[in-house]
Amino acid sequence: MDKQKILSEIALIVRDVVDRPDLQISMQTTAENVKEWDSFNHINIVVAVEARFGVKFHTAEIEELKNVSDLVDLVWQKMNT
Amino acid sequence: MRIVDLYWLPQLAGIHQRLPENICSVDASWPDLVSVANSRLNFLQTNQLDRVLSKRGRTAGASHADVVAGTVRLAVLSSSTAEHLSAGIRVAGLRRSLAVEIYTGAYGQYMQELEDRNSGLRKFCADVVLFAFHAQHLFGELEVGLPADESGKLVESAARHIVATWRSARGLTSGQIIQQAVASSYPCLMGSNEHRLPGSGAALVDRLNERIRRLAEEEGVDVLAIDSCMARDGRDAWHDPGLWHSAKQEFSPLAGPAYGDLLMRLVAAQRGRSCKCLVLDLDNTLWGGSLGEDGLEGIQLGSGSALGEAYVAFQRYLHDLSRRGIVLAVCSKNDPVAARSAFDAHPEMVLRQADIACFVANWDDKATNLRAIAAQLGIGVDSLAFADDSPFERNLARRELPMVAVPELPEDPAYFARCIADAGYFEATRISSEDLARQDQYQNNLAREQLHAVHTDLAGYLQSLNMVLHWAPFAGVSLQRVVQLANKTNQFNLRTQRYTESQVLAIMQRADALTLQLRLIDRFGDSGIIGIVIGVLSGNTLRIDAWLMSCRVLGRRIEEATLNLIVAEARRLGATELQGEYLPTQKNGVVSDLYSRLGFSRVALREDGSSLWVLQMSDYVAIDAPIALKRSDARG
Repeated sequence: MDKQKILSEIALIVRDVVDRPDLQISMQTTAENVKEWDSFNHINIVVAVEARFGVKFHTAEIEELKNVSDLVDLVWQKMNT
Repeated sequence: MRIVDLYWLPQLAGIHQRLPENICSVDASWPDLVSVANSRLNFLQTNQLDRVLSKRGRTAGASHADVVAGTVRLAVLSSSTAEHLSAGIRVAGLRRSLAVEIYTGAYGQYMQELEDRNSGLRKFCADVVLFAFHAQHLFGELEVGLPADESGKLVESAARHIVATWRSARGLTSGQIIQQAVASSYPCLMGSNEHRLPGSGAALVDRLNERIRRLAEEEGVDVLAIDSCMARDGRDAWHDPGLWHSAKQEFSPLAGPAYGDLLMRLVAAQRGRSCKCLVLDLDNTLWGGSLGEDGLEGIQLGSGSALGEAYVAFQRYLHDLSRRGIVLAVCSKNDPVAARSAFDAHPEMVLRQADIACFVANWDDKATNLRAIAAQLGIGVDSLAFADDSPFERNLARRELPMVAVPELPEDPAYFARCIADAGYFEATRISSEDLARQDQYQNNLAREQLHAVHTDLAGYLQSLNMVLHWAPFAGVSLQRVVQLANKTNQFNLRTQRYTESQVLAIMQRADALTLQLRLIDRFGDSGIIGIVIGVLSGNTLRIDAWLMSCRVLGRRIEEATLNLIVAEARRLGATELQGEYLPTQKNGVVSDLYSRLGFSRVALREDGSSLWVLQMSDYVAIDAPIALKRSDARG
């Protein structure tokens, strides 16, 4: 799976979790850009992404995420090692 | 990564991530939402459905019009984060048609809230209070070197604290108090003999849970056995240490739907809304194979094969359920006399006729029979659970009677008992002596009067199956299946004529013979070749020498579609008349009236009960059957 595909899958999850079906998500999107992306929803997004791709993030990796691009990279890296 | 999910519920048709649009609208009806809640939703879908529910609640008056089985005001008093479990709880309520309002105290603040006369908790007026404490909250920092008597005191003081909160809660509500057993997240320090280390967290949790169960008995509190669930599903399915450190979530959001269901079972049980009766199919549910086709000696049951053992184990579980007060009933498409006698004549049967409070074996559709069973037992249809291996029957029951609990039984009977147990349909909080005697009571009270049949929309259901009958003349590749079907079909078989392979090959060579193999495909999949017809032309008459069909597909109006096909093909051969014969056997009573039902006229009735029938095709109008006919190439 390439990074664009991962991004589009993650976008589906984020829109679903924050309940904004028309939200635009790009690699540069950060939690701060999206009002509903609070700490509660952040956990749901991370857990849903893990379940969707069958990967598990380390506690430290989750803390280091700065934007959607980081999340996509992390998934890609987990799926390709 | 192991995820606990509600695997006994059917998948939502065509689902990926989002719920269907019509469900997400505020106009969706309560029964529609209940039906979606009764599918195998993951945590995102659960959250989404919960949002639909809450948006709906805000539109004025909407909830009053709903047919709600009851409302629940639940206070969740937890020592860790619990908000993320609320959606799963409300949706589990919806699954039972219960409207749930939740009050979640600030975490760790429950003592103050219980004491304070003006607290939000007091104003909320809960009718169910759930306490959920994590081990570290109860034990504090653990000293591993604790001597045995000190560790005993530690358990005792935690238990006293818990009992004190129960008693405070009694001041708030006369309703149900539920204590979640303590979940163990402590890693072992010793191993299998952890209990020998008095200061081990894992050992302390086990002892405390034992204590909680005993005290709950005295105080009239119900236990939520999260410890048993974690032992069953694996700790990792419920608890994620990363989420504990980052968000103080003791249970992963992924486990939210399962947590909610577990809790709402207890609430529903306390309100008398658990299932009371388990209705059982027979063939391939209580034993392997088909009684009608394979005979009493041919069914798989009992020692000798792993499969036979699995059915015995399942029956044993059912027997135990019945002994603890669950009423058992039978609903089977079978010959009633043969089905009943199997219970008493087969040496390996665990269940006996006396264990079955209501025994229905006939050829009616099962939705009608389920209604009749509920009426006969004098319980609501919503008190029934229905176990059947056939997806066709399960979906018919769900469509016609959405209030009946119909588990998606796994394909392997070795897992039937586990599936029914995990589904929690029969959750009970107390056991009474009446429960232990219930089976007899129903058996004795059984009314024998004729039941009025309630209309089932079978036509609509059959239409929705998109059945296609793929037909072809016999061909070499499928010959074996044709011969096998001809020789083992006993029930839907007009003449029970047996054929060898070479006889069939000879018929296939004849220009004046009609051979049809019928394969059924519907939206549940491919049933393979389920029927065959052999006809031979003699003058203007096509004589039907063989017409038989697998008993798995009875009741779907395939015989009507087949007749349309026979007529069309007979006309092509130049026939103007069809001739059919019925030769009665012990097993083919189900087709004794087939020709009469299909509009044939009887021209002879012999002393042995056999009969001869004719249909003039000149005035034949094709019967409207919910099955498309399609000529296919003749593959197996």
